Amino acid sequence: MATTAAAQLPALSDEAAAKALFAERARWRWPEIAYWIAVVLCMFAFPTHLMLIAQVLITGLFAVSFDLLVGYAGIASLGQAAFFGVGAYTTGLIAHNGWSEPITGLLAGALAAGLLGFVFSILVSRLTGIALLMITFGVGLLIYEAAHSAHDITGGDDGLTVGNLSPLLGLFPFDFLGHTAVGYTFVVVFLAYLFARLIVNSPFGLELQGIRENVRRIPAIGVPVGYRYMVAFTVSAILAGLGGALLAQITGTVALGFLSFDRSSSVLIMVILGGIGTLYGPLIGAALYMVAQDRLADLNPVYWNFYIGLMLVIVVLCARGGIVGGIARIERAVRSRWTRR
Amino acid sequence: MDASLNGYALATSGLVKRFGALAAVDGVDFRLPHGARHALIGPNGSGKTTLINLLSGTLRTTAGRVLLKGEDITRLPAHERVARGLARTFQINTLFPALTPIESVTMAVCQRRGLGPVLYRSMKSCRDAIDEAYGLLQQLHLDGDARRPTKELAYGKQRLLEIALALASRPTVLLLDEPAAGVPQHESSEILAVISELPKDIAVLFIEHDIDLVFRFAQRITVMMAGKILCEGTPSEIATDQQVRTVYLGDASYV
Repeated sequence: MATTAAAQLPALSDEAAAKALFAERARWRWPEIAYWIAVVLCMFAFPTHLMLIAQVLITGLFAVSFDLLVGYAGIASLGQAAFFGVGAYTTGLIAHNGWSEPITGLLAGALAAGLLGFVFSILVSRLTGIALLMITFGVGLLIYEAAHSAHDITGGDDGLTVGNLSPLLGLFPFDFLGHTAVGYTFVVVFLAYLFARLIVNSPFGLELQGIRENVRRIPAIGVPVGYRYMVAFTVSAILAGLGGALLAQITGTVALGFLSFDRSSSVLIMVILGGIGTLYGPLIGAALYMVAQDRLADLNPVYWNFYIGLMLVIVVLCARGGIVGGIARIERAVRSRWTRR
Repeated sequence: MDASLNGYALATSGLVKRFGALAAVDGVDFRLPHGARHALIGPNGSGKTTLINLLSGTLRTTAGRVLLKGEDITRLPAHERVARGLARTFQINTLFPALTPIESVTMAVCQRRGLGPVLYRSMKSCRDAIDEAYGLLQQLHLDGDARRPTKELAYGKQRLLEIALALASRPTVLLLDEPAAGVPQHESSEILAVISELPKDIAVLFIEHDIDLVFRFAQRITVMMAGKILCEGTPSEIATDQQVRTVYLGDASYV
């Protein structure tokens, strides 16, 4: 359809070009498509690494959930792991206590995280900047230590054993090689990604970007910032909780690390590394981070963080907009050279 | 309390704003009729911008009331005043730097149409809102820059975008805080043309330092001084007012 329109009009008029901007912004980019194809190919190419692939996908979802907050709404947070962990513990506890159906368990985890996100949003709706960072950090610590001390319920330091899940949809038992786990994870993360994509390209998503660009100006065009924050936090928490719940289900355990500050801070690295405010950048950033961590930990089990730090410094200094920003710049340069010829 | 204020597009009674010991706005009774072209002038620090901030809800009032078409809006937050037809622009460009004009204005149009909370629908399907936004950009001579990030626009174009954003909410009352401030001469004529072409049913209150501009557009002028209204009248009355001449139009004894 687009090609016939282009054939009729040799060059788009200013008006058509302006109005087409929204469709362009929503279009699938090739690195985005490449990511999903690569994931599928990896599933077949590395049948012994299915659990790693599933974890890469889950971490990607977690990074996407964080990008909604920090990249689109401009809300900096140091407590994203709280949502991830609460989703995981909820789903884990449900299975631990005998309810073994996976999909209801998963949704319960996402819902619990969403509820926490909603409460969170009321707490922080009047804060910005450093105050917001400190509150999200503080609440993250509170929840971590609460789970730590509630040994009888969460298992504390020992972690929580999720227990056996019944077959997915009554058809696919969870095998220890991870075939069901990776397929299940792929479908859930892909659907969640489509949902996140829908949101950022909606009128609501546009207003989130307006809030990010100028939170003091936007009430003057009629936008109630507090309500938008509430929805943004809740949706972000649901997606993060979904990630935690998935990880609990496929690994069969929930550990305190799910709630750790380390998880909250590393997701920030992934988002910046991949390209903040693009959704697919954080997906790619998370994959790169996880694979780098896996490889570097093999090479140098003690100092691997050195290389993560180095990577971050190089990307921030040399490739503004992260990896996808760098790719876009190279693409533009190549294209302009091509057309000049 | 005072039924006579109900017939105005915008009115205040006994409006006060204190910052600590300083009364930046000190008991202002002001009336803006429907469709008016009204200028607010006064020396720096006389409380003009503070008054606009109280009217638009950017600042909270200390005392007094603000009425929009007879409705008490004193306690309403800024965004709800916009929904009731009160829009404003800012003295210093406060826009959305990374967004393009078409995105910014479409965002404002969507918000007015109640699409703001909608997260299950794609922007590209909101064709009516996009068409309306583009129409506004054309009206304000911004259509050529519709796809450029706001931060790359010329200063005068950014001033026009301020007005476009305000108009997107279809206001009945429009507050312009120095619409042509900081704009080079050759760009300011475009802004003046836009202001003079504003729909007649919109009541416009504007702060301006450029006296030529004030006398060209205003039907009435209010002069503020130290947080109070010094006097109000037609341009010719104000021009001949001895008090105004001493405090505002440049008497060396007044600093």
